[in-house]
Amino acid sequence: MKPIREVEGRAIPLGLKNVDTDVIIPAQYLKTITRKGLGRGAFETIRAQPGNVFDDPEYKGANILIAGDNFGCGSSREHAAWALGDLGIDAVIAPSFSDIFSGNAFKNGILTVVLPQEAVDRLLEVAKTHPIGIDLENQTVTTPFQDRFRFEIDPFRKHCLLNGLDEVGMTLAQDAAISTFEGRMAADRPWL
Amino acid sequence: MADAPRTIFQKIWDAHVVATLAGGNALLYIDRHLLNEVTSPQAFEGLRLAGRRVHRPGGTIAVADHNVPTENRHLPIADADSRIQVETLERNVAEFGIPYVPLRGRAQGIVHVIGPDLGLTLPGLTIVCGDSHTSTHGAFGALAFGIGTSEVEHVLATQTLIQKQARNMLVRVNGRLPAGITAKDLILAIIGRIGTAGATGYVIEYAGEGIEALDMAGRMTVCNMSIEAGARAGLIAPDDTTFAYLQGRPLVPAGEAFETAKASWRALRSDPGASYDKVIDIDATGIAPMVTWGTNPEAVVTIADRVPDPEAMPDSAAAGQARQMLKYMALEPGTPLAGLPIDVVFIGSCTNSRIEDLRAAAATIGDGHVASGVRALVVPGSGAIKAQAEAEGLDLIFKAAGFEWRDAGCSMCLGMNPDRLKPGERCASTSNRNFESRQGPGGRTHLMSPAMAAAAAVAGHIVDVRRFG
Repeated sequence: MKPIREVEGRAIPLGLKNVDTDVIIPAQYLKTITRKGLGRGAFETIRAQPGNVFDDPEYKGANILIAGDNFGCGSSREHAAWALGDLGIDAVIAPSFSDIFSGNAFKNGILTVVLPQEAVDRLLEVAKTHPIGIDLENQTVTTPFQDRFRFEIDPFRKHCLLNGLDEVGMTLAQDAAISTFEGRMAADRPWL
Repeated sequence: MADAPRTIFQKIWDAHVVATLAGGNALLYIDRHLLNEVTSPQAFEGLRLAGRRVHRPGGTIAVADHNVPTENRHLPIADADSRIQVETLERNVAEFGIPYVPLRGRAQGIVHVIGPDLGLTLPGLTIVCGDSHTSTHGAFGALAFGIGTSEVEHVLATQTLIQKQARNMLVRVNGRLPAGITAKDLILAIIGRIGTAGATGYVIEYAGEGIEALDMAGRMTVCNMSIEAGARAGLIAPDDTTFAYLQGRPLVPAGEAFETAKASWRALRSDPGASYDKVIDIDATGIAPMVTWGTNPEAVVTIADRVPDPEAMPDSAAAGQARQMLKYMALEPGTPLAGLPIDVVFIGSCTNSRIEDLRAAAATIGDGHVASGVRALVVPGSGAIKAQAEAEGLDLIFKAAGFEWRDAGCSMCLGMNPDRLKPGERCASTSNRNFESRQGPGGRTHLMSPAMAAAAAVAGHIVDVRRFG
């Protein structure tokens, strides 16, 4: 995974609440055996509507998405994160995220930034005309108008994102601890 | 500290921590891992690219369910993409030595149905699967939750996951459900109360008389839909109902080993005085049949209610969302839910496809017939359940009534296989999600219990099952 320090660019002001993973990537696009190319199905139902933000030339090339509460609720499909990545999205800003989605985004190097609704509302306004900056190291979101919003992030996730760490590789380094644990479990639960 | 009262969640968590990591994270040991064809191919690809092996192949079991046809199972899968996904799963499990439940065998079925069916799901275990409804297995007092594909890869490679401990919510169900009211009505009422994000960041423990009185099928229905309230896991302390269900299943320890296990499982309950981050009280005695009207499961009312009026909602954001939902659902505020005509009935999914669900639906149908113009499907949760239903003659009731009697799979719950709603069709469904286009592009879903769905099939419109027949 490539390290992330800053994300800067135009943001798509989606703003909707409860955007579920069926909206992010409908089920018919899950019939794939690779991670690639899912952007073509991303937000299909929204994109079918004329004047939608995803096809607005104003936001062409945008790499940030701003949404409402509970973004990514519903299924565990990591295809949602892959689809966003395929659209060129590096970060999503919302007042809250579903747990599984934020984990999936993190594993794919997509930042999920949680900010209070008032801050998200302000960013939705700014995004219509100006770029937004996210600084992971300093945990801030800034605008060209001197807005500065601090966000919280799990220190472990921050460390992994800043350094582009591979979780599986890190865990495999704990192989001895896993084996010891398995030995103890076998003794504690002989029926398994 | 060792003597501090703990919740069942805390006990299972503590028993599975392999190592403590920075920032309150832990390396958590995973006892059982379930695989499906949709969320696993990229995980195997990742292993292959990194030259990694599967840490404990016997800790995983695979089955194709999401994408499989539910009729003409003897023929090759017609949809090329679906066929490739199933073949890819079969190739991957063969290459990595993972046990597989074959598509054309009697044991095949929805992964969350066959786990308990086979006795793979046991109290005190950690169970994960690349599917959000893994929460189902919590009904046995297991810590079970859905994961993404990167996590599937992590479990395959290490039999562990890096997790931050969730907060703990207690949902206390006081009193018993009235006659004719089901676990589905209960969980829909709970979601209606706390909201689709009400339990985000929490593991829910369900307890109280109303939960203890449920059979295992009902408990699975409740835990299954925990994710629809945002909780990755829901769990229920195991008791005699749990042990009676488990005893004798193929993969449950037998004889003396069962007694040893049972003695240990009895300790899997929250200690008196254990504290929770949040407690919700629900009065089971006041619950009525529930039906969703909108496009997420919290948009739910009782069968006696009318479609809500967005103009009467105090919160403008909620009103805006409700207007959008009503537009999609083609509903007018103030319309009674009872009497709403439907086009399709779907009885199935990991929420409601067990033998108890099929019995309830068949009992409601009696000698009735599916209303003209209504298409109705019954999709049993597993081949074993289908066979059981046939042994009981339930298939004859469904077929005589005009229902299609299908093979097991996820089917119209998410419409990945050919079982899909057409645009604009309105469906009475026993599944778990009423999201826009979930059951097929443009389809309109009303979630309800199996008995309510069966009654709707016969009536041709949504109807109060208590006044039916």
